Amino acid sequence: MIPSEFEYCRAGSVEEALDLLAQKGPDAKILAGGHSLLPAMKLRLNSPGAVIDISGIGELSYIKEEGSHLVIGACTTHGDIAKSTLLSEKIPMIVEAAAEIGDVQVRNKGTIGGSLAHADPAADWPASLLAGEAEIVLASSSGERTVAAVDFFQGLFTTDLGENELITEIRLPIPDAYTKSTYVKFEQPASRFAIVGCAASITRSNGSCDKVRVAFTGVSSTPFRDQAVEQALEGQAPSDDNIEAAAEKAAMSVEVMGDHFASQEYRKHLAKVYARRALQAVLS
Amino acid sequence: MGVPISVTVNGQHRESEVDSRTLLVQFIREELRLTGTHVGCDTSSCGACTIIMDGKAVKSCTVLAASANGSDITTIEGLAQNGELHPLQEGFKEEHGLQCGFCTPGMIMTAVQLLEDNPQPSEAEIRHGLEGNYCRCTGYHNIVKAIYHASRKYKEVSHG
Amino acid sequence: MASIIGKSVKRVEDKRFLTGKGNFTDDIVLPGMTYASIVRSHHAHAKINSVDISQATAVDGVVAVFTGTDIANAEIGGVPCGWQVDFKNGDTMKEPPHPLLVADKVRFVGDAVAVVIAETAAAAQDGAELVSVDYEMLEAVVQGPDALAADAPLVHDDVPHNTCYDWELGDKTATDEAIENAEHVTKLEFVNQRLIPNAIEPRAAIGHYEEASEKYTLYTTSQNPHLIRLLLSAFVLGLPEHKVRVISPDVGGGFGSKIPHYIEEALMVWCSGQIKRPVKWTAERNESFMTDTHGRDHVTKAEMGFDADGKIEGLRVKTVANLGAYLSTFSTCVPTYLHGTLLQGLYTTPAIHIDLTAVFTNTTPVDALRGAGRPEATYLLERLLDNAAREMNVDPAELRFKNFIPPFDGVDQPGYQTQVALQYDSGNYQPVLEKALDMVDYQEFRTRQAEAREEGRLLGIGFSTYIEACGIAPSAVVGSLGARAGLYESAQVRVQPTGKVSVYVGSHSHGQGHETTFAQVVADKLGIAMEDVEIVHGDSESVAFGMGTYGSRSLAVGGSAIMKSIDKVLEKGAKIAAHKLEVAETDLEFANGQWTVKGSDQSIGFGDVALTAYVPHDYPEGLEPGMDFSSFYDPANFTYPFGAHIAVVEVDPETGKVKLERFVACDDVGNVINPMIVDGQLHGGIAHGIGQALYEGAIYDESGQLVSASFMDYTMPRADDLPMFELDRTVTPCPHNPLGVKGAGEAGTIAATPAVVNAVIDALSPFGVSDITMPLTPERVWKAMQTQTKEAAI
Ligand SMILES: Cc1cc2nc3c(=O)[nH]c(=O)nc-3n(C[C@H](O)[C@H](O)[C@H](O)COP(=O)(O)OP(=O)(O)OC[C@H]3O[C@@H](n4cnc5c(N)ncnc54)[C@H](O)[C@@H]3O)c2cc1C
Ligand code: FES
Ligand code: FES
Repeated sequence: MIPSEFEYCRAGSVEEALDLLAQKGPDAKILAGGHSLLPAMKLRLNSPGAVIDISGIGELSYIKEEGSHLVIGACTTHGDIAKSTLLSEKIPMIVEAAAEIGDVQVRNKGTIGGSLAHADPAADWPASLLAGEAEIVLASSSGERTVAAVDFFQGLFTTDLGENELITEIRLPIPDAYTKSTYVKFEQPASRFAIVGCAASITRSNGSCDKVRVAFTGVSSTPFRDQAVEQALEGQAPSDDNIEAAAEKAAMSVEVMGDHFASQEYRKHLAKVYARRALQAVLS
Repeated sequence: MGVPISVTVNGQHRESEVDSRTLLVQFIREELRLTGTHVGCDTSSCGACTIIMDGKAVKSCTVLAASANGSDITTIEGLAQNGELHPLQEGFKEEHGLQCGFCTPGMIMTAVQLLEDNPQPSEAEIRHGLEGNYCRCTGYHNIVKAIYHASRKYKEVSHG
Repeated sequence: MASIIGKSVKRVEDKRFLTGKGNFTDDIVLPGMTYASIVRSHHAHAKINSVDISQATAVDGVVAVFTGTDIANAEIGGVPCGWQVDFKNGDTMKEPPHPLLVADKVRFVGDAVAVVIAETAAAAQDGAELVSVDYEMLEAVVQGPDALAADAPLVHDDVPHNTCYDWELGDKTATDEAIENAEHVTKLEFVNQRLIPNAIEPRAAIGHYEEASEKYTLYTTSQNPHLIRLLLSAFVLGLPEHKVRVISPDVGGGFGSKIPHYIEEALMVWCSGQIKRPVKWTAERNESFMTDTHGRDHVTKAEMGFDADGKIEGLRVKTVANLGAYLSTFSTCVPTYLHGTLLQGLYTTPAIHIDLTAVFTNTTPVDALRGAGRPEATYLLERLLDNAAREMNVDPAELRFKNFIPPFDGVDQPGYQTQVALQYDSGNYQPVLEKALDMVDYQEFRTRQAEAREEGRLLGIGFSTYIEACGIAPSAVVGSLGARAGLYESAQVRVQPTGKVSVYVGSHSHGQGHETTFAQVVADKLGIAMEDVEIVHGDSESVAFGMGTYGSRSLAVGGSAIMKSIDKVLEKGAKIAAHKLEVAETDLEFANGQWTVKGSDQSIGFGDVALTAYVPHDYPEGLEPGMDFSSFYDPANFTYPFGAHIAVVEVDPETGKVKLERFVACDDVGNVINPMIVDGQLHGGIAHGIGQALYEGAIYDESGQLVSASFMDYTMPRADDLPMFELDRTVTPCPHNPLGVKGAGEAGTIAATPAVVNAVIDALSPFGVSDITMPLTPERVWKAMQTQTKEAAI
């Protein structure tokens, strides 16, 4: 219940954090909301030599409109996102995903940046960020780069994040007024992480689905956009039948995970059910 | 390694030096000897350690004491004012919302934020708001009633 | 004065808990206290080649490290088992030692290998991490039936076939015959899965040896401090009992898991004696998962035979009970005397036989868990009945009405002698089910269910009518069945000179509200205000003796002990009052705290009489001063609460997820002192029972790893999983205890599980599903629908 010893460093700004990261090297860990890192440290599954606390960096906590994008600071908590009226108007699936995470106390502390960096295969965020075609801004002492969400998630607890990089911002293109989105989740009953989380965002014109984005989390070791489902619906006028047909294609191209809460077979089935539910919700 | 911190706990200003690895719940229980905040798990699941930190319900087992620097904290001990029980404490007593009392402080602190956000919650909203708190004794039935009871009291207060 | 018995008086104990002023074991800090961390096995079965503590001892702040070898060298016995069950052939059960720290081999994941004691908890953990144990892996056996296989690895080298005992109860020949000749036989093979108790307060223990007085104090999270003192001093450490004090302060829930005498208790006391400083150990939740005794874990084959009319003719049960790696204190009586004896249920079944084998495996020891044996018995009966009803095309409620034992009050009609050793005290079973059916509006539900099915929605209703044995138990009876202790209770009523009353009870409250209910009883009987009564419990120094709280026994047995002492108080009081009023005792009547001369307004109050007892200037000749009485109450019988629970569920046909729509319960727990508290007990019990049906279950992999060792992997029922519970009751008083009470702590758990499972099976009846293994996870329910759909299609 008590972590191993480590050096505690408080970063007051992004710059300070980046300096500390460069200074302390690979043995240092960023601490944001602490709701993934501290549980692991308490069980001594993770024992960093130094902890760089970025939770007090106010400049990393914001939700705002910036031109054609909505941008979210990395240290914005799930709870603040869940309550954002701006996001709820423009990209509802983001707010819905935030509200599905853990419980109220977890949402009050856990941050979007922390969740992305941690890359738990059952985390909620990836689905809606993939479907929303988000970009992730990474900073290091040598500069800043922007990665598309699809390229960011690389595998089980693995991302494109470099050792001395900090996630600073998540950028989401603002969809047009004809786009609707949702996030639906079948939760693991004990931890309430996602067994299947499905985000769908659909832009319609003249009754047909112009652009369909469907992404999953929890299903496979890496969250993914499901192009088979997307393509099955794109250009179609939605009907019960073609929604059903599109949903049937869910999770065909990935290695589906299995555990004692949901076997491969069942998870695959749930992916289809939740794909259909998401599509129905968006298209109804 | 000592990390200097300064916090306000139940209205009292505290300066201290904590070990970098000291958890906020340890600081509260062991250093401040406010043992009403409990530890029921090691996976941040049970909510027995819930406190209000800067206006929000937080699991104090999953915060470093060092990170709490500068924050304003309320624990169960700080809820009653001038010997007068808080409406939630009153509600738990009236509706028998506690049995062994171990989960109770965390339940109440979570409910403080719940009613702050939503002063007139429905039964379903109350149940959903308790997602991060376990109780093994009550089956939650009377906890839900207790929070509902308190919400009516809030209403009376705010509407005169 | 209106009686406060039967009133929902608010709880006396609440204030301290509501304001954060409870006093739990982990809250206690003693001067000079050290902290212990226990090194536990990560393997289910392995030989210990060596233990290297050198790095641990070198850690800054580490005070001492002890290993299994130290314990063996100190010749300390293991923690004992409190109940002896013999083999069918009369041989004594196998009782391998359970040492405080193991030296030879580890037998389950969590087995204690060494203890590190340090100035801080953090340093103790640092040290524990550095103890290095060289293990030689052995094959593990995990499931009960596997332990009996000829080639199964032996958990204890000297226990052949891993068999602790085999056991039977009932008339085998008659039962075989009844099943053979039955018109219809319903069969069920199932697992009553292993549960992890998860009281929200983790276990903790502080050992404190004081050199000057040579006294040992143990603070512990126990439901029965006196029992722990007895076992600790007489059996484990060989300490003089009068030099040992055991304190169970506020305890955060028990549910059975805080009954046993655990190795950590003895270990902390022993360690404190070694280092001459207090030593505290508080379980981390993962330790709770691994080492709090688990519950249930039966693998059962059951058959129930019926005649053409639907009357039960016989019940035959064969069970393997998994006891885990060692015998916990009451582990042996749970599957036998608390289970086999309950197989009569509420029914007139004329022939019953159970054959049970209890085995050791490389898993956490199993002991009592809320209900202890009785939930397993009820599950078996109620699942069989609902399935039988479906198979015979009879309404499940009707089938129960047909088989209920007719009413008997235990006064004018004798108690009901079962086929499995017990004699029920009083019962009237039909009304509870009738009431519950009314509450749920049964006929309306069936219509709604049919309509829903048309729309492809799956609604289901499930029944469970149960009986349980509480108020454990007549000492002579349990003694003859192997109990190594008496199961009476004690209470001391000390009237203070001012008429205030302190009551010292051997029962222990860890959520049950004794401080309120007991005070209600005392205040009512003595006609004084509740504020003038203080209930003291949990400290062997102030309370003379006690057997503790479990098996819903506190009010039935402990309350009766209080009543005996109150009778003595009133008897003496009457003598004093008679003397003061200068009349004969027979001329007096006692009511509302006053002795009044019959037919006059001459009276004397309880307070004046108490004062006189302590200031005996004008006093009956030959009467001792003072007013302080102790009593022991040994019950004449168990008590037998009963009831009917009904669950209504809806199953998501696509995902298999079960939503519990309604839960209705009508219970009869005898007389009720405080309805609010009784209802609270039922709520908690029901939630626990629903937990078993839908969510909870320990999962071991084949190597004996506990996969579900955290709240992230073991599902606890949460607030949003449950509906409001709809309760009602009937009252059939217990004829053999002075309060007429029966007990309510476990009823909910016992009844709820089969009701919920039956409801899900009912919902799936269009698919022809007859059983699903608990817990009924969405995947299992979904799979059941798939299999049956496929089969139907073929
Ligand atoms: C009981 C419980 C239930 C939960 N349930 C869910 C759930 O249902 N769904 C879900 O998605 N999640 C869930 N979570 C996880 C939660 O969302 C975490 O908050 C989140 O995964 C991590 O965010 P954090 O800010 O707490 O990160 P931290 O724990 O502080 O850090 C996590 C990791 O990210 C790194 N990191 C943090 N911030 C940055 C940054 N800006 N740049 C680079 N690296 C960084 C850290 O070094 C660390 O390795 C749950 C957690 C708990 C305790
Ligand atoms: S102790 Fe903090 S959530 Fe359990
Ligand atoms: S009252 Fe005991 S855990 Fe909630």
